[in-house]
Amino acid sequence: MLLRTIGLAALLIAWLPVARAQLAIEITGAGAQRIPIAIVPLAGEKVLPPGISTIVRADLERSGLFRGLELPPLNPEPNENSNVNYAEWRSRLADALVVGSVTPRPDGRFDANFRLYDVVKQKPIGGLGFTFAKEQARVTAHRIADFVYEKLTGEKGVFSTRIAYVVKRGNRYELQVADADGAGQETALASFEPIISPVWSPDGKRLAYVSFENKKPVIYVHTLADGKRHVVANFKGSNSAPAWAPDGQRLAVVLSREGGSQLFMVNADGSGVRRLASSPAIDTEPRFSPDGQWIYFTSDRGGSPQIYRMPAAGGEPQRITFEGSYNVSPRISPDGKTLAYITRNSGKFQVALLDLSTRQAQILTDSEHDESPSFSPNGRMILLATVIGGRGVLSAVSADGRMKQRLSTAAGDVREPAWGPFVE
Amino acid sequence: MRAITCSAIACVVLLGACATTSEDQKPAPTESAGPAKPGASTSPTTGREPVKPVETGKPSATSPFAVLKDPNNILSKRSVYFDYDKFDVKDEYRKLVEAHAQFLKANPSAKMLIQGNADERGSREYNVGLGQRRSDSVKKLLTLLGAREDQIESVSLGEEKPVCTAANEECYAKNRRGDMLYNGEY
Repeated sequence: MLLRTIGLAALLIAWLPVARAQLAIEITGAGAQRIPIAIVPLAGEKVLPPGISTIVRADLERSGLFRGLELPPLNPEPNENSNVNYAEWRSRLADALVVGSVTPRPDGRFDANFRLYDVVKQKPIGGLGFTFAKEQARVTAHRIADFVYEKLTGEKGVFSTRIAYVVKRGNRYELQVADADGAGQETALASFEPIISPVWSPDGKRLAYVSFENKKPVIYVHTLADGKRHVVANFKGSNSAPAWAPDGQRLAVVLSREGGSQLFMVNADGSGVRRLASSPAIDTEPRFSPDGQWIYFTSDRGGSPQIYRMPAAGGEPQRITFEGSYNVSPRISPDGKTLAYITRNSGKFQVALLDLSTRQAQILTDSEHDESPSFSPNGRMILLATVIGGRGVLSAVSADGRMKQRLSTAAGDVREPAWGPFVE
Repeated sequence: MRAITCSAIACVVLLGACATTSEDQKPAPTESAGPAKPGASTSPTTGREPVKPVETGKPSATSPFAVLKDPNNILSKRSVYFDYDKFDVKDEYRKLVEAHAQFLKANPSAKMLIQGNADERGSREYNVGLGQRRSDSVKKLLTLLGAREDQIESVSLGEEKPVCTAANEECYAKNRRGDMLYNGEY
């Protein structure tokens, strides 16, 4: 474990020259059993520093399910067409093996080909080929890691997905988007007023969020590729807490235009606003269940903020959380079976996970100021915002509570994380 | 020529977006981002395009009413503070709210934005709700005291604009607040 931490630290240092103020990752726990895997540097990958294999290995190790083996320089350099000497790889204690190559193309782009082998069963598992421009080397590496992860664990990988979050530096707020490993960050919106509650559209192309640039909360939808954005809700009063319906056409929002903070539906273009529910309480933080049947939300109708759900088509709300006097920010897992939320536990705000069938709740974190939990699209990890040493940082915890990661940036507060969907 | 054509397209798209919002929505300023980067083609391997950055404007504000700035006048005071988990305007602020109600009554063209705030503890969105309760409470009292309902908009800044940032009760108390701003001041 110690060696692995040092290895990762060395990797991070190696990345520094190309990284600006990117999020750095620190792993503070690990999965129980890790698959030993040999990821051989792809032949010819030196033209794309830090090397495709370096990123693939870091991705797989960060999942907590893999251990990348240290390899001596191999001569001759194997590629996807080399014969595999299974006995030799077995003697290096590898259960799996990745070999491949990177070849420059005449048009300036690159081809990457790789093959994955099961060393124990002594047979190839599969492989892929990619054609990509230089600036897509990272994404290509993440796609390779996703392939390896899925073939060996049976669960989809999330390395090529993206996260969104808000960085506050002094008076400046930036809504940023980065790879799931925190690298390759890009600024979608910069403002001198707060930005909160970003949520990804189901197609992964747009973000809805709340911006205070008009001295009040207003909901926008923002297309990342072209920077075009439009107002979804700017009614009299406050407009906040957007949540996409699974169809990507509508959002549940919280408006105060008729008094209080109440749930409404609105089309993604800002038309067709209609009320979802009525209460004399604060109703906020709506989230659709993945099947679109339910809307989970926070309400203090019972005297303290608790999580409720109601049919998305309208109907009687049912209370979901009962333990404790402060349960907020409901987020349903991608399979719809568990609910992550923030609970106040002896004055500390922590991430809890509720099994919706057994009604058993478990607190997953030991921090004090957790906020905004967000499931990875495969449901394995929960990204969250917390405070460490007076600074806002992002953290991730596995849904089984075993593994924790911390993502921090050199300057500023990071908050309001949102993990994006799978994008083909 | 190419650039002009592209920005015209962008304008049409933006106007379309504004036109589809319903009547009572104010179109907040929308950034025109212009055409996407030429040559930024979608890769068949990643299906991902680079993110186009957008910057919001920095608003400036000046007040048309000099009396509101006079430090000797009660009207220069704008903040109402609330107890923990409480939303009623305390008696000690009644005089202040009364003075502003009188001003709004005497100046029918004056408009007010009340920004409610919450301390930093807990969920940001639930805190938007708590701040809204506070601004609604100030608004209700102002209208009871004679201000017109349509002169006042009550909104919430949640925990996002603290005047005090230490994690202690003294600071939290300063942040549980409603601020009354007149048109031209925000």
